Amino acid sequence: MLDDRLITRLLEVSLEGGADFAEVFAEDVSRSGVSLDDGRVENLSSSRDRGVGIRVITGDTTGFAHTADLSEEALVDAARTAAAAAGAGSGLTVATVGERVERGTPPAVDPSTVAKTTKVALVQEADRAARAHDEAITQVSARYADNRRRILIANSDGIFVTDDQTRTNFAVTAVASGDVGLQTGYESVGLSMGFELFDRYDVAELATTAAERAMTKLSAAPAPSGTHVVVIGPGSGGVLFHEACGHGLEADLVNKGASVFAGKVGEQVASPLVTLIDDGTMPGEWGHYEVDDEGNPATRNVLIEDGVLKDYLWDHRQARRDARRSSGNGRRQSYRHLPMVRMTNTYLAGGDATPEEIIGGVDNGVYVAKLGGGQVNTASGDFVFGMTEAYLIENGQITTPLREGQLIGNGPKVLRQIEAVGNDFEMGPPGTCGKDGQGVPVGDGVPTLRVAELTIGGTAA
Amino acid sequence: MTSVDALLDIARGLVAQAEPGEQLEVACSEGESTAVRVYGGEVESFTSARNRGIGVRVIRDGREGFASAGSLDPDVVAQMLADARDNAGFAEADPDAGVAEPDGVAAVDIDLWRDSVTQLDAQTKIQTAIDLEARVKAADPRISGVRTATFGDNASAFALASTSGIESGGRSTSVSCGVQALAPDGERTQIGYGGDAAREYDDLDFDALIERAVSQTVDLIGATKPPTATVSLVLDPRQAATVLGLVAGTLTGDRVIKGRSPFIGREGEAIASPLLTMVDDPTDSASLGADDYDGEGLACRRNPLVTAGVLDGFLHDAYTGRRTGLGSTGSAVRSTRGLPSPGVHALAVASGTGGDLEAMIGGVDLGVLVFGLAGLHSGVNAVSGDFSVGVEGRMIRNGALAEPISECTVSSTLQRLLLGITAVGSDLTHLPSGVSTPSVVIGDVMLSGQS
Repeated sequence: MLDDRLITRLLEVSLEGGADFAEVFAEDVSRSGVSLDDGRVENLSSSRDRGVGIRVITGDTTGFAHTADLSEEALVDAARTAAAAAGAGSGLTVATVGERVERGTPPAVDPSTVAKTTKVALVQEADRAARAHDEAITQVSARYADNRRRILIANSDGIFVTDDQTRTNFAVTAVASGDVGLQTGYESVGLSMGFELFDRYDVAELATTAAERAMTKLSAAPAPSGTHVVVIGPGSGGVLFHEACGHGLEADLVNKGASVFAGKVGEQVASPLVTLIDDGTMPGEWGHYEVDDEGNPATRNVLIEDGVLKDYLWDHRQARRDARRSSGNGRRQSYRHLPMVRMTNTYLAGGDATPEEIIGGVDNGVYVAKLGGGQVNTASGDFVFGMTEAYLIENGQITTPLREGQLIGNGPKVLRQIEAVGNDFEMGPPGTCGKDGQGVPVGDGVPTLRVAELTIGGTAA
Repeated sequence: MTSVDALLDIARGLVAQAEPGEQLEVACSEGESTAVRVYGGEVESFTSARNRGIGVRVIRDGREGFASAGSLDPDVVAQMLADARDNAGFAEADPDAGVAEPDGVAAVDIDLWRDSVTQLDAQTKIQTAIDLEARVKAADPRISGVRTATFGDNASAFALASTSGIESGGRSTSVSCGVQALAPDGERTQIGYGGDAAREYDDLDFDALIERAVSQTVDLIGATKPPTATVSLVLDPRQAATVLGLVAGTLTGDRVIKGRSPFIGREGEAIASPLLTMVDDPTDSASLGADDYDGEGLACRRNPLVTAGVLDGFLHDAYTGRRTGLGSTGSAVRSTRGLPSPGVHALAVASGTGGDLEAMIGGVDLGVLVFGLAGLHSGVNAVSGDFSVGVEGRMIRNGALAEPISECTVSSTLQRLLLGITAVGSDLTHLPSGVSTPSVVIGDVMLSGQS
């Protein structure tokens, strides 16, 4: 998208007045999608976004300018604007651009080479399968989407690297209609790969799962209010850790005193059963990449080991502040956004217990098979997340299905209250993590686990 | 800078390339914005941006295709038309698909543009955020710091043309600022937000947003998990806007067609307390959601949603209007990046007789004054109406504010929340979100905390 000469010039212009750091980030994203709703392929869409963001840092101040106009004049103008906003400094005035390193793995099957009729057939098959599951399924929507994102990062520290990221995902929502009104069921898959995603997943099976979830909720009882023993099933429960402590371990929040985990490295912050890892290197996972949006390689970071806090997550800026290396967690939604510390694939390492043992030890509690999205207040540690499929546990057995409800807890408290971790680890569905208005793809996963006490916002006393 | 005419020329130029039997709609936008973030009295970041966008919709034989790009370069624009055409070939036909047809409704002339915004200099923007941070820190000894203080401004233009002869366009400005205050509370830290938005700088109410950020932080110090109970929720205008905005979001034509609203078929019936009257009124220039044209180029208009508790109807765009036979209500919302769909522009809840927030608190025996609701995207099901969200705030006992609470949820259904409204205040407020509403009290809500 940009040649080496122009990149060098942009870095030179950025550093004309003297600065500590300058960076050129170029991005070119192509997306395509097919949506089916109400029994009909409603439309196909495609989009193209390409642009450049230029960042200049002087002291603690970042100047940033971005443009979709890729002419040399517009780019130089953006570099001057970013430099002026950062202010003059006594740092670098010359940038040495090294050799361009090409990273990234092209997908096995590039979605842009797949016939649109093939993509259309996927959503139609999902519609048929969900409706065939039960007469009570009155509405189905299905969505196929892919995107290929090519990025280039060149900075005054000598990083000059490109990455090539492809993600493909598929989601089905079924609506079941019954005496209690309308209920919904949802299922989604997404991986960092091309159309070969559908060698691993059968869309009819995904649709049947969504339909089954909606049907189950038609006969569901209101969730019991108040504090309960909660068993969380494998996979989607990863969102618990994403919210309960993942955000609080992001160095930008820690450094501003906006995290309950600030100053706690080396301390026992969780039950000894908890080993929490953030790993951007897991090939194929939704939160995977080879280099982050600042050009640093993704890494595997053990955040909590046997309950002891080991480290936080770092981007360029926070690492520089603390004179250490970035952990490869600097991410941004697009060239229009500044990078900040973000998670990648966050998961709880598996334990020894079988799921049967974990559930069997509960006289009275709630089993959450599927969690939806969540939200955390990193300062207080309070977090919430939605139960989209849940059941009562009575005398060690999973029994009555429950309506949707919200679970709420406090991160530091919940981490200490984890009393069993299973041997059935799974990654969960693809997620989009939002922070300060930017969304990025993240993965998470857990084995079955038991929390001694979580609050359920139900409707039955 | 940005000229509506230049954008309209691009849109017109593309529409002129429509082939016989082809419907074409082109939306273009262009804008400039800056964003300042301040921390510790220093500029943390200063972002300067130029954004452009185009969205092209093609309908042929009832088949719809769409393509969009973040660029107005001629080669990209031409490619979008080709992509949208190609996409249209693979969709399934729908006789009601198509662009909006002119309906003769004249647009209300609202000037959403203020020259003063484009004249703000960088130093003023920076100093505004620095002052905001300093004032919050100085406002109360319990405030230990500020996570971030921000100032932003935006000036943008939008134009739309279609083969039905519709041409519309306009430009608008906005400014916004926000601050997150921190206060230590034992092992944890409380955080509270205050923010405002306006069409121009002089209309920002700094005193009010600072007072809000500070009070919502320090008033949470010592918060504990409350016992589970049935309570009344006291919602100030901001919280009322959140909850009633969720309800209004279910009153759209696409949800009716697809069987995805709990209020389908209830027109003419009481779905809410008689105390509730709300309209979607983008023609009210006092609302920050005001607009002259909708996302398909039809004139925005005033649409009653609920009158004295009775459901008036739903909001429609051209497609859902045709499909239901009711016609568009001028309610298409969209950006250039996506297809239009019916939505709320400027929700306005009618003022009641409940007085101000203090008076409404005084009328509640056991309740919660809500500071914040969390998990709205996962805890509210707009199809079934199930509502279960995290809450923090202050308990109300015998008409007086009591202890702060957190780590608890409130649950009900959207249907029951509407019927449970027991008071509507007279403190009508125009909010940054574009919603205008007074405070509202809702009874009979389950507060889940300690069993």
